[in-house]
Amino acid sequence: MNTKVNLAGIELENPVMTASGTFGSGMEYSEFVDLNHLGAVVTKGVANVPWEGNPVPRVAEVYGGMLNAIGLQNPGIDLFIKRDLPFLAKYNTKVIVNVCGRTLEDYLEVVERLGDEDTVDMLEINISCPNVKEGGIAFGQNEKSVEHVTKEIKKIAKQPVIMKLSPNVTDITVMAKAAEAGGADVLSLINTITGMKIDIERQSFVLANKTGGMSGPAVKPVAVRMVYQVANAVKIPIIGMGGIASAEDAIEFMLAGATAVSVGTANFVNPNTTEEVVEGIKNYMDRHNIDDINSIIGAVR
Amino acid sequence: MSTKFQEIAEITCQEEISADIFSMWIKTENIAKNAVPGQFVSLYSSDGSSILPRPISICEVSDDRCSLRLVYRVAGKGTREFSFLKNKDAIKVLGPLGNGYTLKDSSAMLIAGGIGVPPIVELAKQLHKKGVKDIKAVVGYRSELFLKEELEKYCSVYVATEDGSSGVKGNVMDAIREHGLSADTIYACGPKPMLKAVSDFAEQTGTEAQISLEGRMACGIGACLACVCKSKETDEHSNVKNKRICADGPVFDSREVEL
Repeated sequence: MNTKVNLAGIELENPVMTASGTFGSGMEYSEFVDLNHLGAVVTKGVANVPWEGNPVPRVAEVYGGMLNAIGLQNPGIDLFIKRDLPFLAKYNTKVIVNVCGRTLEDYLEVVERLGDEDTVDMLEINISCPNVKEGGIAFGQNEKSVEHVTKEIKKIAKQPVIMKLSPNVTDITVMAKAAEAGGADVLSLINTITGMKIDIERQSFVLANKTGGMSGPAVKPVAVRMVYQVANAVKIPIIGMGGIASAEDAIEFMLAGATAVSVGTANFVNPNTTEEVVEGIKNYMDRHNIDDINSIIGAVR
Repeated sequence: MSTKFQEIAEITCQEEISADIFSMWIKTENIAKNAVPGQFVSLYSSDGSSILPRPISICEVSDDRCSLRLVYRVAGKGTREFSFLKNKDAIKVLGPLGNGYTLKDSSAMLIAGGIGVPPIVELAKQLHKKGVKDIKAVVGYRSELFLKEELEKYCSVYVATEDGSSGVKGNVMDAIREHGLSADTIYACGPKPMLKAVSDFAEQTGTEAQISLEGRMACGIGACLACVCKSKETDEHSNVKNKRICADGPVFDSREVEL
């Protein structure tokens, strides 16, 4: 049975990864999950300098999901390289660092710093965070800027580059093609869907940021649809995510065209989810006599 | 090796001890064995539409360390569901989470308000067990009292109620002033304005105060960065002036956080 998948020349033991921002740098979850069993760990977004993030409340539950407006709080690249990368280096899993920034220069600085870090297998560029005023989604909602940012990052990146796309656009295939044209090696989608919750008793917003990114099981059909559309629009591989909580969910994304999948919000519901998804995929392969997981990628047309 | 456990626990007793305040005993494999006063657990809804865990403080650990008592207020859909659970029902629990109180040998004043009262019960029990001579609890309620008898087993109890129906009319600070109370160490849990007043009181009187904060959480284990509070100095983990209530707290030295 082969569960290995390939993303831009990087071979993953299996297609299961963590979604950025839901798994820290793996440290907290290593108490529950053997990180060696995961295809890859995708870290929380890291910027060139530490970010304080948004005021609290930063999260709210919604029907079948949640809203978050963390605002990319992160310790900055210096501490990340000193503390988080050495921790991840101990494991036999692929390490993908999510990169965030307020300006193009911020992104480039982090990408450059990570270039010499052997522990880092790939970079994921967050041009789709809905919770920060500058950077983030501002780069991801305009096709020209998606292509430009991708191109500039590709010029200096030493690792393969994943561009993480926002669902908060009219046509996600336009952004996907722009990233591909800019030289992206891989696409990941979807980031969260911008939402809002109002407390009717207090007559105020539940989140201090007013809006937040929606994630969790309720967004899965939107994410599957977008992965399918993008898979049919570009040639580069896709990492699918959005509401994955089980192996069945993961298989659905792969059938829609994802080469790998990320577990995000489900980590909060059950810290063992990632490993359970890995096992569940093997069971599915058993049940369906599938020798190679690659045979199901985009199998539903 | 692992200090946190995810378990399916069995409910062994559930009762409403005050309006919308429920007391639930659950039987656990490892969580109760490892719990210390001031820690909390995450309870999960069995309704798939409610995905996030509800953080609930630990009120008591049974003497055989096989069960936990959780006293919680029904505040929404999730806690309402928990309140319907009956004996032998099952519930998913993650814990014990966070860092509890650091128990000192010196005289102790436990200050709690409303749904902040439950965690000081186990704290009073453990301080008593430790042999701390002078333990007093100052507890504030809106009107109806709960857990007072439990506290009285381990310490002297001073009450404040907002409506004046029992004890001093007003809040815990009014009760402290009225009775002229003091101690070497303060342990507190309650709403933010109360904790702010306790911190100010601790600063004015040069007393050490350990305060327990609450916040909107998602993961409960320090990964998602939802439940942060402001710290006075740059925090070692976050590298900014934010501390994670779930993982760095919920109990903090009052001098290290901004309320």
